[in-house]
Amino acid sequence: MKETADSLTQSRRNFLKTAGCLTIGFSFSCQPLSASEKPPLQDSLPGSLRQQPQINAWLEVLDDGRIRVFTGKLELGQGIRTAIAQVAAEELDMDLNKVEVHLAETGRTPHEGYTAGSGSIENSAMAVRYAAAAARQKLLELAAKRWNKPGNQLRITNGKVELKTGTEQLTFAQLLNGKQLEDTVQLPVALKSKSDYRWVGKPILRTDIERMTRGEPVYVQDLRFPGMVHARIVRPLAHGAKLRFFDVAALKKTIPGVLKTVINGNFVGILATEEYEAVQAQWFAREQARWETAKPLPDEKRLAEYIKKLPAKTRTVKESGDLKAPEQTEGILLQARYFKPYHMHGSIGPSCAVALYQENKLHIWTHSQGVYPLREALKKMLGLETDAIHVVGVPGSGCYGHNGADDVAADAALLAMAYPGKHVRLQWSRDDEHGWEPYGSAMQMEAEARLDRSGKITHWRYDLWTDSHSTRPGGEPGNLLAARSIDKPFSAPTGGYSGGGYRNSEPYYTIPNLKVDAHFFEGPLRVSALRSLGAYANVFAIESFMDELAEKAGQDPLEFRLAHLDDERAVAVIKKLQELTRSEKVAANEGIGFAFSRYKNVATYCAVAARVFVDIKTGTVQVRKMWSVIDAGEVINPDGLKNQTEGGMIQSASWTLKEQVTFGREHVSSRDWRSYPIFRFSDIPEVEVVVIARPTEKPLGAGEAAQGPTAAALTNAIYRACGKRIRDLPVRIL
Amino acid sequence: MKARLVIEVNRKPHTVEVDPNTPLLYVLRNNLELNGPKYGCGLEQCGACMVLLDGKATPSCLLPVGTIKKQSIVTLEGLTQPNGSLSPVQRAFVEQQAAQCGYCLNGMVISATALLAENKQPDDTAIRQGMERVLCRCGTQSRIIRAIRQAAKEANP
Repeated sequence: MKETADSLTQSRRNFLKTAGCLTIGFSFSCQPLSASEKPPLQDSLPGSLRQQPQINAWLEVLDDGRIRVFTGKLELGQGIRTAIAQVAAEELDMDLNKVEVHLAETGRTPHEGYTAGSGSIENSAMAVRYAAAAARQKLLELAAKRWNKPGNQLRITNGKVELKTGTEQLTFAQLLNGKQLEDTVQLPVALKSKSDYRWVGKPILRTDIERMTRGEPVYVQDLRFPGMVHARIVRPLAHGAKLRFFDVAALKKTIPGVLKTVINGNFVGILATEEYEAVQAQWFAREQARWETAKPLPDEKRLAEYIKKLPAKTRTVKESGDLKAPEQTEGILLQARYFKPYHMHGSIGPSCAVALYQENKLHIWTHSQGVYPLREALKKMLGLETDAIHVVGVPGSGCYGHNGADDVAADAALLAMAYPGKHVRLQWSRDDEHGWEPYGSAMQMEAEARLDRSGKITHWRYDLWTDSHSTRPGGEPGNLLAARSIDKPFSAPTGGYSGGGYRNSEPYYTIPNLKVDAHFFEGPLRVSALRSLGAYANVFAIESFMDELAEKAGQDPLEFRLAHLDDERAVAVIKKLQELTRSEKVAANEGIGFAFSRYKNVATYCAVAARVFVDIKTGTVQVRKMWSVIDAGEVINPDGLKNQTEGGMIQSASWTLKEQVTFGREHVSSRDWRSYPIFRFSDIPEVEVVVIARPTEKPLGAGEAAQGPTAAALTNAIYRACGKRIRDLPVRIL
Repeated sequence: MKARLVIEVNRKPHTVEVDPNTPLLYVLRNNLELNGPKYGCGLEQCGACMVLLDGKATPSCLLPVGTIKKQSIVTLEGLTQPNGSLSPVQRAFVEQQAAQCGYCLNGMVISATALLAENKQPDDTAIRQGMERVLCRCGTQSRIIRAIRQAAKEANP
């Protein structure tokens, strides 16, 4: 995937510079010492271990008996910190509280691209699992050599290696004598037998939740440094607007606490001693600054037609069988068109960053999902060397994709360089976040299918129109707002990560003749990765269309899907959902709808049902209950998986029923929670998640699996409740 | 511009030197270095900045600190017992794992605390009404409702 590709060798070199290491001088590929059963077959190193194979890139033994595990991923509320601690504690037979997890930091943790695409379990946790298992093997070998005993007389318990007789015992740190394990992980690695698991597969409580309830510092917003100053940014209402007038002296006169106003081209930032002074300065500056708006925006009411008419690059995603000569006389032909508007990430905490420029080095604390790619982009924007930028990942408010995190970091970097020696804390306002975050693209989907007499789909044609689904920095300064507005601006690259648009555009059903085309346009609003990327809209369209086809075929919607599925795991989630909902009673004006998808067509299986009530007179839809059956392979933390899936369903229901970025001819008009409403407590349905755990299968990321099927389950339920087929989002009944 | 003000936060008087127009949120976060109340919108629309003002859940992002006279302010930190043990609501949130990113948690725990102080056994509608002002984007509301039910049950078995 293009999203994760970056200069890995560079980061590895930097990493090695900072580590005091030891290479242990005997072969690694000996017989496993303590495996109680044959290890599973491994043909290649998993996940990010392929790029960073040294053990000490992933874990470090600490003097106090604990270990520190490194991940290039950031905690985004998905619980990755706990999952990673679980796998490390498991392989090294330690208590969970003896494992510290160090999140993404340049020069310190592995370069793992972005915390995105539900890949943290598959890539980072699996790398840590194998590195920890290799470390275990290594530590046992070292002890065996030291005591001159065969490996089967040794055991590992909670940070120590000991003789089973109890006569000898050394901590990991004592065994390593102040050094770290620099060996590379080589196959085969003896993994712990899954039947012996103490931590993995258990609903371990996330420890950070208790810290949150106590109001302990958790977020980048909570960082405080001595002498830290507060900053706000002043942006126009419209993208691309040019600054025509700004009275710095008037600002200083009105708000005497202003320390500095930084104007660089169309970039305006204000530094103040007190945060409230910075806030007032931002208000004042917004009033007095004059901007010249560039290009007008299209008519929002006609967005669906507009995006289809834009010049587009077409890519055939899939072509099989013969679509040129479908049996024209037989069966039923059905066509439908679907639309999804622009959506916001809508983080509850607007983006924030702290930056310090001191002694020719720039330090940035950020909730960016990719500290290394951000550093690459900043390096070019600021004309600094790689080594002169240090980026530390600190959790922020949930982002669900590429929100304002990278932009606020770039803004803060510019301000810190203009005001050296002080920590600059830049907090975006609600309006900054709503107005400037990159949205999830508007999309149009057209589907056409033919059913034969037996009710089987013989032909399928699907076209989708979309903008990019990733304009992450990825080493490109033009993807950062600040870089576009400075005196010597970088222009925004076009055609970013295009695969995201056709994610899940190919139906997971067995259809002999099929063609899927994706058409990429450059739309009127700034866009990037939003949870599940194009899968949300594609699954909404495909699964709505499957319901329409089932009806034409006169079949039960779930039976119709089962008749087109060959994959047993897909069948299993649907059958379980059938079982869960079979005895549900439906009241007047209520309906139950279903949908299924396998995320990315290669990852997590998820089937969703929704029961809704529709008030025809008022046009209101109330979601009463949602069910989800999910198979994400091996489960590291079942409660974490449930939490992600419950949340995914509720968030997707909010997108589907309520959300739409609105705009006028000049600028986006959704600039707060009143103009961009999302679900509140009165909208929240009961949710139930059933996990089908498959301990022998590969663990799969699951944070995005429910987004698409939830949308279609809801619209299919609405159809059953009131007979209205929803093909344009958000749902409007009247 | 600045004035010396005394406010009662978490049962202790605090003297702060600030512009009395400063919203309480910034005083709590920056002068008193509390992390509980969060900046979310600055518009009283999302509830991330909730505090208990004389026991009532109140957004702090627009409330000028100078207008607070004798009222008692309790933040998330102030719900924890002096011996460090969690309040029943905090404990229920931990046990139900009622958070993902947790940024909204302050508003949730504060609002739930105020709700249960007023209504010992809230039904589903009362819970939703009591929590309506606070937004969560991760979709953990169903767990939050469970946590509130648990806290209510534990307080009134």
